[in-house]
Amino acid sequence: MSTSDTQHTPRLSLGPISYYWPKDKVDAFYAMVADAPIDIVYLGETVCSKRNQVRFEDWLAIGERLEAAGKEVVLSTLALLEAESELIRLRAICDNGRWLVEANDMGAVNLLQGRPFAVGHSVNVYNDRTLALLARQGCKRWVLPVELTHETLAEMQRLRAHGVETEVLGYGRLPLAYSARCFTARARNQPKDDCRYACIDDPDGLVVSTQDDNRFLALNGIQTQSARTMNLLPEVGRMRELGVDILRISPQANRTDEVMDLFYRALIGELDPVEASTSLERLMPTGPCDGYWHGGAGMGLQGRTVQAA
Amino acid sequence: MELVCPAGNLPSLKAAVDNGANAVYTGFRDDTNARHFAGLNFTPEKLNEGIRYARRKGVRVFIALNTYPQPGGFSRWQQAVDRAADQGADALIAADIGVLEYAAQRHPELNLHLSVQGSATNYEALKFYREHFGVRRAVLPRVLSMSQIRHVIEHSPVEVEVFAFGSLCVMVEGRCILSSYATGRSPNTYGACSPASHVEWKETPSGLDTRLGGVLIQRHPKGENVGYPTLCKGTFRVGDNTFHAIEDPISLNAMELLPQLAAAGVKALKIEGRQRSPVYVAQVTRVWRQALDAFERAPDDFRPRPEWTAELGKVSEGAQTTLGAYHRPWQ
Repeated sequence: MSTSDTQHTPRLSLGPISYYWPKDKVDAFYAMVADAPIDIVYLGETVCSKRNQVRFEDWLAIGERLEAAGKEVVLSTLALLEAESELIRLRAICDNGRWLVEANDMGAVNLLQGRPFAVGHSVNVYNDRTLALLARQGCKRWVLPVELTHETLAEMQRLRAHGVETEVLGYGRLPLAYSARCFTARARNQPKDDCRYACIDDPDGLVVSTQDDNRFLALNGIQTQSARTMNLLPEVGRMRELGVDILRISPQANRTDEVMDLFYRALIGELDPVEASTSLERLMPTGPCDGYWHGGAGMGLQGRTVQAA
Repeated sequence: MELVCPAGNLPSLKAAVDNGANAVYTGFRDDTNARHFAGLNFTPEKLNEGIRYARRKGVRVFIALNTYPQPGGFSRWQQAVDRAADQGADALIAADIGVLEYAAQRHPELNLHLSVQGSATNYEALKFYREHFGVRRAVLPRVLSMSQIRHVIEHSPVEVEVFAFGSLCVMVEGRCILSSYATGRSPNTYGACSPASHVEWKETPSGLDTRLGGVLIQRHPKGENVGYPTLCKGTFRVGDNTFHAIEDPISLNAMELLPQLAAAGVKALKIEGRQRSPVYVAQVTRVWRQALDAFERAPDDFRPRPEWTAELGKVSEGAQTTLGAYHRPWQ
């Protein structure tokens, strides 16, 4: 992606698919992504090691196709590592020898240190000292933890270690928590050890509402997400000022192609970011939020989309 | 196994010490620790007094500095580390990499424990903290099964402490921001989950509604016992079912696993509840002391006595207890 002016423009990335999709849906999705205006694609299972529709070799094949299409490929990893079988798979990913790996747990950082790696938003980088130490171990890119504000990001940018890129989750249902318990199986009265891959039925997660009908959370197996989709596209001007290197879009079940397109066109100046956000809101399964960025409750909506609505 | 008990204030510390704790854990009176509640925790003077009291009875004092500072606030965490070291804490319980690095460099003699808020659920993560900061013990998140704990300990470079009793976190600690999603404040950023400042209680014609950050957590019919609206223990709707979608109001009680925890090589058992009263601390500490003593006298015959279970049940959330993730079917 390039711009005609000298202003800093973040690159666009597509985060890992956080849900359990059938293999044909995954293949079709990445065939679409190959032609999408996106620079970096994160691949792999980050939530549950039982999900087996797409195997390691399949991810590598998808990576090859995306790389041939000009994308930077990064292999992402599980956020919650418990069993030895999960560590064995993690080691294989870390040793892939070809693509950068995104660590989503300190166990992965331990395996990757001494080589270049990225850390995802489930690694708690809340201050510059943490980032500096990780940078000394080889960290080349970090993702702002989703509960931090633009003010904290500004401090981090001022103090950040040399040679480390900053990535911000700009669009998607927010990752809020991880557990040993599978909440999707629980909602179906099934034990985790006999989950029957229930989560494959919820390609955007399973919505949890309050008793007064507020669509509040989304259950995604052992992960809990926000029901609302966070959208920081209206903040892209601020991100330029802060020198954010990469803006991440998290895949959703439908119309992710339009989401990527709206972000791209807003970034190159073809669309006004606030107007593009109005279009984005029509693509969200529940509705928007952006409270964390502004220092409030994560579910809040305080940004310029309010004024645009 | 060492019995590590909560001390939210000096009376609780004394209650723990007097009733058989081997160690107590405390925090300073601010957001440097994950029990940042009004009226709770220690000023430096009170902590001095507490440490002297504990020392006289041979009990160790750990200080929790287990939240995540942001760049602007980092110096407060540094000062808290310095204070803990100056006061002679037997261990500092920390989670943030920046805080651990500062403590390890500035106070190499200080014993470091990785807090449960550090989210270390596997031995590869534990190796990192051992290698970089010389951490000697880690508190494991309440998400591992018994066999996973055994496996972690077999390969761990550090001692392992696990939770034995108290309020149950269902999520990996240090990685749960449900609270800030509803209120703007989380354990990581603020040192509190589901903070009281954001709780509303409202009488309705049919009973009582409790809200957190405006989100309806619980709708109590008239006459029902009203619990604190911790977000993950709320009643929500999924499809056509209204239920505790995440977890019931329930406490962890791992007492029946004592023999297995000991055999696995667990070095310390943690009792949750710095926010609870000195009476709670005294009761729970006393019961667990009796259980540990009975286990050590006759490990092969150990079984929790009904009166212990009953006494712990009385102080449990929702008067119910569970083995939590230790027991695979819970998951």
